[in-house]
Amino acid sequence: MKVAVVRFPGSNRDLEAYHAARGAGHEATLVWHRSTDLEGADVVLLPGGFSYGDYLRPGAIARFSPVMGAVHRHAEAGLPVLGICNGFQILCEAQLLPGALVRNAHLKFVAKFVTVRVESTATPFTAGYAAGRVLRFPVAHGDGRYVADEATLERLEREGRIVFRYVGANPNGAMRDIAGIASEGRNVVGLMPHPEAAVDALVGSADGAPMFAFAALAAAVS
Amino acid sequence: MPRSGLLDPQGHAVEHALTALGFRGVADVRVGRTLEIRLEADTEQQVRERLREMCDRLVANPVTEDYTIDAVEPAP
Repeated sequence: MKVAVVRFPGSNRDLEAYHAARGAGHEATLVWHRSTDLEGADVVLLPGGFSYGDYLRPGAIARFSPVMGAVHRHAEAGLPVLGICNGFQILCEAQLLPGALVRNAHLKFVAKFVTVRVESTATPFTAGYAAGRVLRFPVAHGDGRYVADEATLERLEREGRIVFRYVGANPNGAMRDIAGIASEGRNVVGLMPHPEAAVDALVGSADGAPMFAFAALAAAVS
Repeated sequence: MPRSGLLDPQGHAVEHALTALGFRGVADVRVGRTLEIRLEADTEQQVRERLREMCDRLVANPVTEDYTIDAVEPAP
């Protein structure tokens, strides 16, 4: 698969995402946010970081970057889009995912390993997991508290679109312990933890590797 | 401003600090932001329309924030 990792000014987990994709056997490219096309990518990754310095709100300005037109078209075509951390914030600001990510409830930046449970395997990025599997991922964010109105939360629950939930300690006060969600079509997924930084036991966890697994993404694109 | 009903941890922190300083009767604090925008237009109505559009598209996130447009003053 051809995987495009979009770099915004202030992205800082772009190379981790790139290496995670390459490690899974994909052909990965880094695409600058001024680009208006995704160079024929099958899968789009919006990496973590602090695009535009988080000015105004995280993701609020990046969502208007030229590349986002192509990301919208990619998502609307039903092709896989994964937003990690700042990428998740951008997808929410761009209304490709519902809800928003706001300041952590305890107001502190949190950087540590957390435990999440796979709540849905019906997405291209979680098809490689067994449902209910518990994973260790690092988090590193100041604005990771997922919020949405009650109707949206109920709808996400009912439609099985909550993809990851924190287990045990909730690091940011996210509503219903939500760590990641999917779009209505299940092809757009966003999460606050960093699976791309957990693809090798050498760095403390390889639990993120299945998110980039070739077979599931190839099946989603074909 | 953060939507009422949405936990505002910054507001809580300021509320606690004010109480700790001895200010009595502080019932609630919410922390938002103010933007000062200078723009050219012919009428106040035009200004308000454009400001509303700016708020809806970029300045405020409708999921988490409410906004108000305060005084529109002609530049000297």
